[in-house]
Amino acid sequence: MRAIRTFLLALHHPGKGLMAWRGYDVDMNPSRAVYLGLRRAGIDFATSVPCVNLQELLGLVDTDPDIIHLPATREEEGVGICAGAWMGGRRPALLMQNSGLGNCINALASLDMLYGIPLLMIISHRGGRAESIIGQVPMGQLTVPLLEAMGISHLSPSPAEAEEAVAEAWNRAESGHCPVALLFDLDFWRSL
Amino acid sequence: MKRIEAIALAGLAAAEQDALLICNIGYPSRELFSVCDRPESFYMLGSMGMASSIGLGLALARPERRVMVLDGDGSLLMNLGSLASIAHHAPDNYLLVILDNCCYGSTGSQPSCTRLGTDLAAMARAAGVRRVRRAEDREQLAEALLEQGVVVAGVEAGNAHVPIISLSPQEILERFMRCALSAPQS
Repeated sequence: MRAIRTFLLALHHPGKGLMAWRGYDVDMNPSRAVYLGLRRAGIDFATSVPCVNLQELLGLVDTDPDIIHLPATREEEGVGICAGAWMGGRRPALLMQNSGLGNCINALASLDMLYGIPLLMIISHRGGRAESIIGQVPMGQLTVPLLEAMGISHLSPSPAEAEEAVAEAWNRAESGHCPVALLFDLDFWRSL
Repeated sequence: MKRIEAIALAGLAAAEQDALLICNIGYPSRELFSVCDRPESFYMLGSMGMASSIGLGLALARPERRVMVLDGDGSLLMNLGSLASIAHHAPDNYLLVILDNCCYGSTGSQPSCTRLGTDLAAMARAAGVRRVRRAEDREQLAEALLEQGVVVAGVEAGNAHVPIISLSPQEILERFMRCALSAPQS
């Protein structure tokens, strides 16, 4: 029965079917891997500004009864909201596109880094390889240099590494009293 | 009403209500620190515009605690989206007090757009905030400080001669969080 199911899956979704045939968990898609990482990290508060690549993850976060999820109007606002949530005893994450990192710089520096407030940033990293929107390219190229200039630690895990990396990133943020970024590019979201 | 008088009133109201108080960057925090310092006050030393947002996150994280925010016209104008978020997501324990002196008081009193007629109370209403009040004197402000939602208080331009805050950022955060994470007193 399982063989028939995976055969049919292979027919309709070649990538997924092949993975199932090899014994991989077909439900472990990239969004779910990040979500499980958030769960493992004990993230119980999230703000977000949407990105098309985050839509599935945002749905998972939004329907999780253990996570307060607040859509923000701008990424910087999200940094402020998350800082307040931390002061109130929550473990906050900010979900956004890398274009929004530019909107956050001052709040990250003169709120989170100044006071020592931890923040987990889940960033969809547009503007890299296979990017079809030219407007994404400038911030795509500047994302890592900006993080480096600010001394913000960043990780770019594969889907297989994502769950553990998200949990590890939160540990770094909490123990270091600082923001930490996870970058997920187009290859990440398109992989299985 | 002078701004430091409004700040003293708000500080007193926060103490009486056992409220956590987020205070805006610049002279407002210095004035609050000098007239009514409490460990339950979080003094912003940077991130202009974020006061209302910090308070919103805190109010959601600690629904059993009263949370008050002292913001300014110039600061709120930098983060107007916050009014929309507050309208739809702020819990009942949240009060945003905008001290509107129609200028950027900490940087030399350059006029803000509220001097030219921008109406922050109308903007809050248009964003969907249901309870919006104006306070033009001490009596109206004292009454409004018992409310939830948004209060726009008209205050005079000008800063009091007060020293800078003698606490480090870490000290401000540490003592504030000790209070924020403890059970409410009443």
